[in-house]
Amino acid sequence: MKLGLVVDLDTCVGCHGCATACKQWNTSGTIGPLSDENPYGKDPNGAWLNRIRTYEVDDTPNSKTVNMPMSCMHCDNAACVTVCPTGASYKREEDGIVLVDQDKCMGCNLCSWACPYGAREIDPSQGTMKKCTLCVDRIYDEKLPEDERKPACVMTCPTKSRVFGDFDDPNSEVSKLVRDRAGKQLMPELGYNPVNTYLPPRNKPVVEMYEPRSVAASVKDWVNKVISR
Amino acid sequence: MHPAFSVLIFTVMSGAGYGLMTLMIIGHLAGLPQLQDSTVLLSGGVLAIALITGGLLSSTLHLTNPKNAWRAFSRFKTSWLSREAVFAVLFYPFALTYLAAIFFGGSEVTALGLLAGILTAVLAMLTLFCTSMIYASLKTIRQWNSSLTPVNYIALGLMSGSLLLAALQSLIGGELSSSLYTLALALLVLGAVCKLVYLFWIGKPAGSTINTATGFTQANVRLLDQGHTSNSFLNNEFGYTVAANKLVRMRLLMLVLAFVVPFLLLLTSSSVLLIIAALLTLAGLLVERWLFFAEARHVVRLFHGDQTV
Repeated sequence: MKLGLVVDLDTCVGCHGCATACKQWNTSGTIGPLSDENPYGKDPNGAWLNRIRTYEVDDTPNSKTVNMPMSCMHCDNAACVTVCPTGASYKREEDGIVLVDQDKCMGCNLCSWACPYGAREIDPSQGTMKKCTLCVDRIYDEKLPEDERKPACVMTCPTKSRVFGDFDDPNSEVSKLVRDRAGKQLMPELGYNPVNTYLPPRNKPVVEMYEPRSVAASVKDWVNKVISR
Repeated sequence: MHPAFSVLIFTVMSGAGYGLMTLMIIGHLAGLPQLQDSTVLLSGGVLAIALITGGLLSSTLHLTNPKNAWRAFSRFKTSWLSREAVFAVLFYPFALTYLAAIFFGGSEVTALGLLAGILTAVLAMLTLFCTSMIYASLKTIRQWNSSLTPVNYIALGLMSGSLLLAALQSLIGGELSSSLYTLALALLVLGAVCKLVYLFWIGKPAGSTINTATGFTQANVRLLDQGHTSNSFLNNEFGYTVAANKLVRMRLLMLVLAFVVPFLLLLTSSSVLLIIAALLTLAGLLVERWLFFAEARHVVRLFHGDQTV
């Protein structure tokens, strides 16, 4: 199994709902708390496992605003795990989820240096590294109804831009989406082979423009129409 | 990259200590006449171990959860940081055996001293190499991910070590050994050449761009919004930016402090000036290490709006 997310850049509206839901769930989840430093002060700072950035792609008048939510990509070739000196970072054999054992981490930051996606952040109060768990404490929880065994970010997304599934199964929804919509990996040149995949915005059908015409042309069109009847 | 002062101190001090220990052992075992004095050898060994220990202790200061630091020995097979930790600790018993052999048996090379000495020198260089590979193995930082990184760390470690060795020998032995003096001059030139090659190499544009980072490779991409209104861990750690003119001034300061002035002071072949030269080199290498971090640009910056790294 290779669990991960597909993010649809066509429909994401950049509401930050996934980031908020993630923070809410994970501050009391297996790796919790997910603390903040000075949360109500002048210069608040804190650990988030999911961040949304907004880009302008191409130039006016063809420019488009793209919202790009980013969390851990659960890379196939996870350098963050290789560099970890304590064995706190590990990638699960059974489903490919990359996790940090909070009891082993010494807070050297090396894994965050090795991650190209900015997926790892130090918890300011605990001093250990925090990262997306793909809500490992939700997706296997048999006490939850079956359709709720999904990461919190996927559950909350109001536009259904986030899809969770198994990339090893060619018939899963995520695999189909990646095939049909030509899903892309971010920064593939580094060779980390990230599992999370991004669906590029669709090419919208061209909207017909109203073009004012001369009176003569309009009359000619009307005459042609009448004659043809 | 944010330059953590504890890491700057650690890499400069331990680099000098390992360089000093290695060169001293090689000189001693090779029969260099000025290094057959047990006072010189013992004080050199103590100085090297003090520098290394001070550096290693300083390196633990940047950990945010140091109570788990002992676990850093556990991933020797995969992690360069773990290898560094293992070799750094393995170094001590051999270095202490070597120094004990000199302390009790004098500067005559015994079988035990020979074996312990060779192993000490090898472990010192291995540790220094592992330290540099922590940085060189990161594909996310183009300015570090190069074989020039270990070359620089080892060359500069040996260079500062040779200056300390020459200074110590002239201080205790009374007069300067010409071979140590020539060695220090040669290593100063070698270190400067390695550093200049590195500076030219990182000036060449290459690597990931905002286009490969976002996947939009056929159009211009600009950041509109970082998504957070206040600071974040990522900004603090990777967003460290220094004005370009300050970087140029720091580069000049580094070249002057670490290489040019010590070289000129060495040419006077005076013992007192030699000590000043060694201290200046250490100060210059602190600037060099600061630049090593300040000029390194992590690819996460692309997501935060940088067009290239």
